[in-house]
Amino acid sequence: MKKASERRDEVKQVAAADKVDPIHQFHINPIVPIHVGGYDVSFTNSALFMVVIVVVTGLFLYFSTAGRSLVPSRLQSISEMSYEFVASMLRDAAGTHGMKFFPFVFSIFMFVMVANLIGLFPYFFSVTSHIIVTFALAMLVIGTVVIYGFAKHGFGFLKLFVPSGVPVALLPLVVSIEVVSFLSRPVSLSIRLFANMLAGHITLKVFAGFVVSLGAMGVAGMAGAVLPLAMVVALTALELLVAALQAYVFAVLTCMYLADALHPSH
Amino acid sequence: MFVTPAYGQEAAPASAGADTHAGTQVPGNAAHEGGGFPPFDPATFASQLVWLAITFGLFYVFLKRVIVPRLGTILDTRAGRIQQDLDQAAKLKGEADAAVAAYEQELSEAKARANAIGQQSRDEAKAEAETARKAVEAELEKKLGAAESRIATIKAGAMKDVGAIAESTASAIVEQLVGKADKTAIAAAVKSAG
Repeated sequence: MKKASERRDEVKQVAAADKVDPIHQFHINPIVPIHVGGYDVSFTNSALFMVVIVVVTGLFLYFSTAGRSLVPSRLQSISEMSYEFVASMLRDAAGTHGMKFFPFVFSIFMFVMVANLIGLFPYFFSVTSHIIVTFALAMLVIGTVVIYGFAKHGFGFLKLFVPSGVPVALLPLVVSIEVVSFLSRPVSLSIRLFANMLAGHITLKVFAGFVVSLGAMGVAGMAGAVLPLAMVVALTALELLVAALQAYVFAVLTCMYLADALHPSH
Repeated sequence: MFVTPAYGQEAAPASAGADTHAGTQVPGNAAHEGGGFPPFDPATFASQLVWLAITFGLFYVFLKRVIVPRLGTILDTRAGRIQQDLDQAAKLKGEADAAVAAYEQELSEAKARANAIGQQSRDEAKAEAETARKAVEAELEKKLGAAESRIATIKAGAMKDVGAIAESTASAIVEQLVGKADKTAIAAAVKSAG
């Protein structure tokens, strides 16, 4: 696979990384190369951050609740608040029957939110900035909806595409619209998260790059660099909001889709 | 060293910051070309999917087995404890209300009793004063009667003397005027005048 010309590429890329390249942060580099059956399943920086997310979140949830205090400590409050936040979200959308999906929605919410937040640290990798990850999570949600829907309601699940009270003449049109909207769900769900993370990180990097480039231009440049620096600070705050908001949106939509699986006829 | 793929792959991490995958896709400086955009590089999909499945799967199992039951127990215990405390508080409040009601009852009874006692003593005092007043009045009445009868007696006595005084006075005047006086005529005149 590897050609001699790649060495030149690598050299060029190292050089490019020294300059400001907003895309560089999304590169996936193998740390431990693993090949199984012709597939490259190397342990990469992306995999490393997945492990970091899971370990950090898992340890936090485990040790913050280890005391099982009646009056919670601050850390235990954070765990409890996230639990109750997701629980009320799911209960509102899917009712008490939906609570059987709670561990699933809670895992998705925590994973996506911690992934988004960890990605905000400089030099850290943001796993949700890759479409394949968000698409896999979205397909997991839709797959759960479809499998549970058919297992629970059989072909009654298809009532999801036939809204009640629609005139028969309009049915073909409405049903086709419903089918298209259902099929576009995983796409919109994954692209929304992916694009938000990607755009946010690129914007941050571009403005941070202005700071560096202007700073290299002498005193006047340094004075001018104050503006993009202020912009980077403001954007970081915005991205913090976006990170939490997109995790919330992902979880809310998950809850609503799961509600469809529980009650297909609307 | 970079001639065989296997060595090349292993050597990649050593060259810090270098990206093998983007390089395998597009010759040239991949980072600046659309085809080398890392999120759309299918060569990394398998690795990401596998590691996502492993990490997220373990995460899900850990949360489902350990964290969710634990947090659920904590919250349930707290909700139960709060309910218990609320019940206890409601019971205590009921007791306090009953005590207040009993106190109010006793207070109003005591007030009524005090009123009754006051009324009674007022009545007694009034009655006593009344009898005392009546006795004094009767006494005064009696004294008044006695005084009146004495006045009447004195008046009657005085009236009896008035005739004689008038006669003697009249006869003395007549004698002075006429020289002599007819006693019977004077007496008759005094009588008719009196």
